[in-house]
Amino acid sequence: MAMPRTFFEKVWADHVIADLGEGNHLLQIDRLFLHDMSGSVALRQLEKSGRLPAQPDLVFTIVDHVIATEPGRGPEQSHAKSGAAMLRAARHGAAKFGLRIFDVDDPRQGIVHVVAPETGAALPGLTLVCGDSHTCTIGGIGALTWGVGSTEGEHVLATQTLAQTKPKAMRINFDGTLPAGVHAKDMILHLIGKVGANGGIGYAVEFAGSAVRALPVEGRLTMCNMAIEFSAKYGFVPPDDTTIDYLHGREFSPKGKAWDQAVAYWRSLPSDPDAAFDREETIDCAQIRPHVTWGTSPQQVVAIDGMVPDPSTVTDPGARGLMERALDYVRLTPGTPIAGVPIDVAYIGSCTNARLSDLRVAAAILKGRKVAPGVEAICVPGSTAVKVAAEAEGIDRIFREAGFEWHESGCAMCGHMGNDRLADRRVVSTTNRNFEGRQGPRTRTHLASPATVAASAVAGAIADARRLAS
Amino acid sequence: MEQFVRVTGIAVPMLRINVDTDQIVPGPELLRVRTEGHAASLFAGARYRQDREPNPEFILNREPWSRAQILLADRNFGCGSSREAAPKALREYGFRALIAPSFGGIFFNNCFRNGLLPVELPIEAVRLLAGQMEAAQGNAAVTVDLEVQRVTAPDGTAFAFTAPATLRRMLLEGVDEIDLTLSRGAEIARFRSQDEARRPWAY
Repeated sequence: MAMPRTFFEKVWADHVIADLGEGNHLLQIDRLFLHDMSGSVALRQLEKSGRLPAQPDLVFTIVDHVIATEPGRGPEQSHAKSGAAMLRAARHGAAKFGLRIFDVDDPRQGIVHVVAPETGAALPGLTLVCGDSHTCTIGGIGALTWGVGSTEGEHVLATQTLAQTKPKAMRINFDGTLPAGVHAKDMILHLIGKVGANGGIGYAVEFAGSAVRALPVEGRLTMCNMAIEFSAKYGFVPPDDTTIDYLHGREFSPKGKAWDQAVAYWRSLPSDPDAAFDREETIDCAQIRPHVTWGTSPQQVVAIDGMVPDPSTVTDPGARGLMERALDYVRLTPGTPIAGVPIDVAYIGSCTNARLSDLRVAAAILKGRKVAPGVEAICVPGSTAVKVAAEAEGIDRIFREAGFEWHESGCAMCGHMGNDRLADRRVVSTTNRNFEGRQGPRTRTHLASPATVAASAVAGAIADARRLAS
Repeated sequence: MEQFVRVTGIAVPMLRINVDTDQIVPGPELLRVRTEGHAASLFAGARYRQDREPNPEFILNREPWSRAQILLADRNFGCGSSREAAPKALREYGFRALIAPSFGGIFFNNCFRNGLLPVELPIEAVRLLAGQMEAAQGNAAVTVDLEVQRVTAPDGTAFAFTAPATLRRMLLEGVDEIDLTLSRGAEIARFRSQDEARRPWAY
């Protein structure tokens, strides 16, 4: 009988073109996504080299990072000085090499990691790379997806292959049932808080357990999005009925006989019952509450009823130093309850939490309520398709009536991208990074779920959505 | 690709955990219209005051540390964003090697492709190197040798390390990775014809 294998081992093995020795393999890359920022660099480098794309049909170009999201945006509008040049470079490269492009006026435009699954461009068991560390998001549909640099991106363009070192395998079991009012974002923040922001380094991480199985695909994408914040390059949920139902009928999903053939293959991919992992962690979901970060690393996180911790209770000097530095940056005092910390801005957007289900959760809280005076509230849908679907349900009206801005789709203010709007302000945000300066100069970011951000917008301070809902 | 065989030079201790690539090259730096290259962007948040004058507190603004060619860090150096500006800025500033207990995975790969060698050593070894450099107030040298995969401290203490075989060869020989892969054309074509028959929906 064959050795039991993990999902990861199966997908990896199916893509090995050549064994380069010492755990290095040359892999077939099934999909390459290029965005306006790092993708335009890879395209320019390829053009300079005089080479051509190896398999242009497997390459998708998209406009998301530097394009402005303000309503009525123009095709070259950007907050970044060099933004228009990047957008032109992406368009020029795509046209020159005959690559598909989801441009600003395309109904499929949006954040790469939202668009790839919702168009069926990403499928279970595929390898997919993009010059963006949050490419691990797409592992939520059971694909092997990871972020690369622009030189690696150029290599994929020129060869449709990439040499990688095989990582170790980890499984995180989210057991039990998630309490009401607790979301995928809270699960992943809880994990990073418990195991640490470098807990996943060197691992490909499989998210498993009954609570993950119970998550819809969009929740799985949220969870896998933050695998990189756990320092795992790869995060995934092996495909199951939920995945297969989600992908059926999407634009680039296989059709007819090819679909049946693909489904049969996808069903063979989940980890075998006795497959061995190099490391396993188990989380009891019944204990998870809504989570909010207090510091400048996603591991600096507390439950909504918790307090900003005291570094003097930490013995490891490295960890204590990190906490002290973070407290200084975020301007919070140890012992302060996190709920009640006043905010300047509430931000709903990004590849983490700006899908239709996220906007629905926020809208349910915002309906009939108003954003607190003095708070600026911004919603940037994750894709044009999400925006259109939300508008068809009247969600945009609920957001606007509550006092939220309603934007076009893009990466917007998740990263700074030349927009100083959030400088010096305290933001509660559905994004994925609370690093120093991530959202702007001296911006203090508190990561949370869409429910927590919506409730906080209304309260004018970090708030527990479960209290507001009742 | 730029070659790397060995370097002997000042190793600057910056022993912090989880230094992300947003700290190495902050977002706004990625969007600067560049005429002077990436070096000016390195650690911009800590290196400059708000008026962009050098912050005298920052170690790389002090002699002799400003001439460092090797950077000593704590675990998970280069985590976060995949931005290749991070290794480019380190290299253009003058760094040739980084020594830490672990590195962000995407950053690690990006370093090799920019002539910068990331070396994984246990924290005890990194602390020993840092201690000797600090004791000499920077007037000492560490050697990083990729050929024999060894780091030598100022007092001669040696530490062995292992770099991934393919990436090591690429750096030692300075070969173009794309050319190397394209030389496997027949193997790649053979794989694809079998794979396409098995997974037609992937093509």
